[in-house]
Amino acid sequence: MHAYTDKIREIARRLLSENRVDVVIGYRRGTVPFMNEPYLAKTPEQADRLHWDGFCGVNLANYLPRRTDRVGIVAKGCDSRNMVVQILENQIPRDHLYIIGAPCKGMLDRKKIAAELQGKEALTAEENDGKIQIQGKGFQVDLDRQAFLQENCAICIHRNPVIYDELAGDLVTEQMDVDRYADVRQVEAMTSEERWNHFDQLIHPCIRCYACRNACPQCYCPTCFVDESTPQWVGKTVDPTDTRTFHFLRAYHLAGRCTDCGACERACPVGIKVRQFTKKLEKDVLDLFGYEVGLSLEDRPPLDTFKPEDPESFIM
Amino acid sequence: MSEIFVDKDGLKKSIERLMEHCRVVGPVFRGQYHEFAQLKEVGELDLTYRNTRLSPKDLFHPHSDRMFTYTLAKDDPEAGILKEAPQDYSPRVVLGIRPCDARAFQLDDTNFVTEEFKDPWWVKRRESTTLVGLACNEPCGTCFCTTVGTGPFDEAGLDVLLVDVGDGYMARPVTEKGHRLLAEAGLTSPAPAEVKKKAEDLQKSAEQGMGKLFSVDAIAGQNSLELFNASFWDEVQFACINCGTCTFLCPTCWCFDIQDEVCGDKGDRLRLWDSCMFPLFTHHGSGHNPRSQKLQRVRQRFMHKLKYYQDKYHQGVACVGCGRCVQHCPVNIDIRQVAQLMSASCIC
Repeated sequence: MHAYTDKIREIARRLLSENRVDVVIGYRRGTVPFMNEPYLAKTPEQADRLHWDGFCGVNLANYLPRRTDRVGIVAKGCDSRNMVVQILENQIPRDHLYIIGAPCKGMLDRKKIAAELQGKEALTAEENDGKIQIQGKGFQVDLDRQAFLQENCAICIHRNPVIYDELAGDLVTEQMDVDRYADVRQVEAMTSEERWNHFDQLIHPCIRCYACRNACPQCYCPTCFVDESTPQWVGKTVDPTDTRTFHFLRAYHLAGRCTDCGACERACPVGIKVRQFTKKLEKDVLDLFGYEVGLSLEDRPPLDTFKPEDPESFIM
Repeated sequence: MSEIFVDKDGLKKSIERLMEHCRVVGPVFRGQYHEFAQLKEVGELDLTYRNTRLSPKDLFHPHSDRMFTYTLAKDDPEAGILKEAPQDYSPRVVLGIRPCDARAFQLDDTNFVTEEFKDPWWVKRRESTTLVGLACNEPCGTCFCTTVGTGPFDEAGLDVLLVDVGDGYMARPVTEKGHRLLAEAGLTSPAPAEVKKKAEDLQKSAEQGMGKLFSVDAIAGQNSLELFNASFWDEVQFACINCGTCTFLCPTCWCFDIQDEVCGDKGDRLRLWDSCMFPLFTHHGSGHNPRSQKLQRVRQRFMHKLKYYQDKYHQGVACVGCGRCVQHCPVNIDIRQVAQLMSASCIC
């Protein structure tokens, strides 16, 4: 972890002092345990504030759309895949980016850790040798990092950045024997009524803060459908009809675009498993079109192109 | 002051007694975190909680509040006439609220109860509610109530303060309402001197551990325009994703939007939480938006809480230091650090 931090700082310093980029987007150490803050370094001196550990879960691609300067940016596997989508969707030109690849061993889930601590408050958290060393008032506990990965990280098969200009560390071995869709199959096995109830329960705590939407690098519309006011398409209450409409529509806007980076779920302040909506779409796109999102700058995404061999079983 | 002592079983019995004739609301663990909810049985109440994920402001200012209903039916003589939607204003006890959250309601009163205007929904809910607070023996690492003029044992916003002294609670009535409630609940045993001493010691140890993180007076002393134009906002705003987490979890963010929803010829006028983080919040009918940029919105939130509120009302900042925004901001924007920047910055 420390080696990554040093390397990221070194690269950022070099890029900024050689005027290869105007800014470097990375993370700085957070003010509370299990959190780091996205940070924009503009000078070589500021590059020394950059930091890396298992709490760099925020997807930095979110900060790219509409930037017009030359950007150095730290990218995990998922961040880089989101950048691929943004490049394909003309949100940012590839040649404006200098991607500092950060091969990733999975990011840690602060909600899972908090649940494990059962109300005890962590005051510091450090990673060491596959352990998370947590200290609080009157207690100390070591947790096995592997058991506290974000759910999407535990089943991730693209931990290495798919595009990069330089690496901050050696490429890691990709996970091979993971079951990516166990949760989707569970939902698929339900009756339609069970499924409806399942999703209603899931979004019941929603407070319509839009953290899920705003944390998503793929939600870059100048005006989201939720914010349209003439006419207003979606009600703003926490009535189930309005909440459902928001979540369903948000998810469908991400069909064939979602990389399962987990940003939405990570951001949710009330702990909704938002990925339950997008995972099924991700699986469908894989099943129907054999397409995994954000792996290649060459292939057009299946939903914005046509191929003669596209499945057409839905046409009566 | 006439402090009462009640052991833990005794408190349960008293609550059951109260539940017979009024609504009792308290912290219950639901799903993944604690929230304030009306108790169905006393066993649900968890007074060992740290704090609720969402502030209890929705007890007085619900996320989605139906204010009026109306009909648009052409043949109805009452078409287009707003009728106040029925609400439950029966007596209610909110039990176990943290002193900071109760103090927040007083700050919110500034908005909802003025000389000129009294928001009837807010006022009636406030009047029908008795607030029984639970002192924080162990404030969280993210708490900074003592820095912003309240504290883990602050009674200012409460009718009764409860202190967990181990084998029971010391109950201190603060207002006339509080005295009446304790009598209704059958709580009459005076607290022995050692219980009062224990509560005092707990208060000292809770307050001592907190320190002072920034100076609200220094922020008040800053020139507004200089603060407004300070260069640090650019750095503060970078990470922000402009979601509503901070404002929706905050006990002192009261902003709302009013919308009409019509289905067929029936309509509802609704009051809904709104957030200065959302671009739509200041979007004018003309199409102009005075806060179209993220920096402007982020700055507004901190300036409103820490500067404008102080300047306008001269009663401190619009923040009680509950730390919810610090804990749950998805990108770790920390109001304590921003306040430090604001109190230190001086372009001179």
